[in-house]
Amino acid sequence: MSAAPALAGVAGSGRQPGKPLLTLSGVETFYGKIQALKGIDIEVREGEIVTLIGANGAGKSTTMMTVFGAPRARRGTIIFDGRDITRLEPHQIARLQIAQSPEGRRIFPRMTVYENLQMGASINNFAHFDEDLERVFAMFPRLRERAQQRGGTLSGGEQQMLAIARALMSRPRLLMLDEPSLGLAPLVVRQIFDVIAELNRTQGLTVFLVEQNAFHALKLAHRGYVLVNGAVTMAGAGAELLARPEVRAAYLEGGH
Amino acid sequence: MAAPSSSGADRAPFDLAVALRDAGMSALGTAGLAFPILALRAEQDMSNQLVLQQRWPLMLIAAMALTALWSYVIERVAYRPLRGSFRLAPLISAIGMSIFLMNFVQVVQGPRNKSIPPLISGVVEIPIGSGSITIAWKQLIIFTVTALLLGAFWYIVQKTPLGRSMRAVEQDRKMASLLGIDVDRTISLTFVIGASLAAIAGALYMVRYGVINFADGFVPGVKAFTAAVLGGIGSLPGAVVGGLLIGLIETMWSHYFSSDYKDVAAFSILAVTLIFMPSGLLGRPEVEKV
Ligand SMILES: Nc1ncnc2c1ncn2[C@@H]1O[C@H](COP(=O)(O)OP(=O)(O)OP(=O)(O)O)[C@@H](O)[C@H]1O
Ligand SMILES: [Mg+2]
Repeated sequence: MSAAPALAGVAGSGRQPGKPLLTLSGVETFYGKIQALKGIDIEVREGEIVTLIGANGAGKSTTMMTVFGAPRARRGTIIFDGRDITRLEPHQIARLQIAQSPEGRRIFPRMTVYENLQMGASINNFAHFDEDLERVFAMFPRLRERAQQRGGTLSGGEQQMLAIARALMSRPRLLMLDEPSLGLAPLVVRQIFDVIAELNRTQGLTVFLVEQNAFHALKLAHRGYVLVNGAVTMAGAGAELLARPEVRAAYLEGGH
Repeated sequence: MAAPSSSGADRAPFDLAVALRDAGMSALGTAGLAFPILALRAEQDMSNQLVLQQRWPLMLIAAMALTALWSYVIERVAYRPLRGSFRLAPLISAIGMSIFLMNFVQVVQGPRNKSIPPLISGVVEIPIGSGSITIAWKQLIIFTVTALLLGAFWYIVQKTPLGRSMRAVEQDRKMASLLGIDVDRTISLTFVIGASLAAIAGALYMVRYGVINFADGFVPGVKAFTAAVLGGIGSLPGAVVGGLLIGLIETMWSHYFSSDYKDVAAFSILAVTLIFMPSGLLGRPEVEKV
């Protein structure tokens, strides 16, 4: 496999937005006759954390899956690292080192934690597998204890950790996370968001984060997009969106 | 747990065991076909056992290659288009394919029995206490080959990246593709492996019985299916236990009742298992949260 390992990327703290890594322009996605995405434009630059927030059914998960070509965008283009990936097959897109922790986690239930992590490392042929395994075990010590347990018998929070760890095993250039905080205790949410921030800061990992938990997400992200009914209605820096009255009213009542 | 489960449709349509069974069922007839064709060729050449004894490895490889090719094509035309369709569709397609194959072989090879000269003869006596038991060499060889293949197949499925991909595709096809697994290729390879194994089974069948005709693959195919159901679909140890049980029951039945009706025993087991114990003896436990 060609591309440079993800984690060597952009230097951390002084945030120089890198070149565009993922660009969606005018993307429209349909489920049969129902239009789920109505022409959305989103850009994620190298080294950034970008979040997409919106209500239930807004089309957040659809956006993530459309990047992977499942379902495929009916109109518009998706560019990854200068290459048009709109018509590629999902497995070809994954092999460009885009990793996803999808909605519902989708752990392989009858495989052990260890095997699930091996699946995550498939695309780079297990080069540096042991090293990466150590890294994710250090991040989520729970997974080390549970390494030989079947994925389907993990608790919800453990499954979430495994889904993120599995995604990291491919050394992604772009990490996409669909609601990593869903159903988790506040402490675990904090822990997972800390891990994301840390990876981004120290290794320049680019993250595209879909969240209902708008408060945490906007605080963490450099930039955010608000999705309403399949269309982007607002975009801006995380802190800026967080300060907007419309955002506060729609997504932040009840605090965090 | 709040997580919405992903749609069942992504998971249902590919089942490793079902794929292997379908591959096996449609292949057994052809496997039995390929081996005797080549055997007959040898027989005409010199009409003696020696030629067969010299050439069987080549014939076996040819039978495996032919059967694998068949199976690959069958998967493309008769299964892949049905992926994502309702659960029964591939089964119906499999039965259709099996009927087609049998008739095809009948047209090409004719309806009569084909035979090969005995490949392995002789018996071994194993002394036990005051007496001894006698086992034919060919039975011993069949048993050994089967055990070795099972071990190899188990290793592939459990320990290699290909086997892991096969299991991943079975458990969640969409997630597997999101991790860079080429689902179509994995399923094709599964069929090719299953068919190659069926070709060996066909050859072993010839070693055991020495004659075959176009329809002989059907009953073993259904019995293999019965063994898999009895053991629990999806469980490799289950298939072994199921197979041994079916064999024992048939033998007992033939001994105490009548060998004319021994197939009745196998098919009764199939019906009874499906009705009273649909997940089989060692079937996967359904306690999973996803
Ligand atoms: N497989 C599908 N078939 C038909 N419609 C679908 C399918 N998946 C999603 N939709 C519809 O597309 C729209 C967007 O769904 P999507 O899952 O992207 O929303 P979301 O923003 O991720 O919501 P949530 O926050 O609840 O996860 C919804 O109206 C949904 O009903
Ligand atoms: Mg969603």
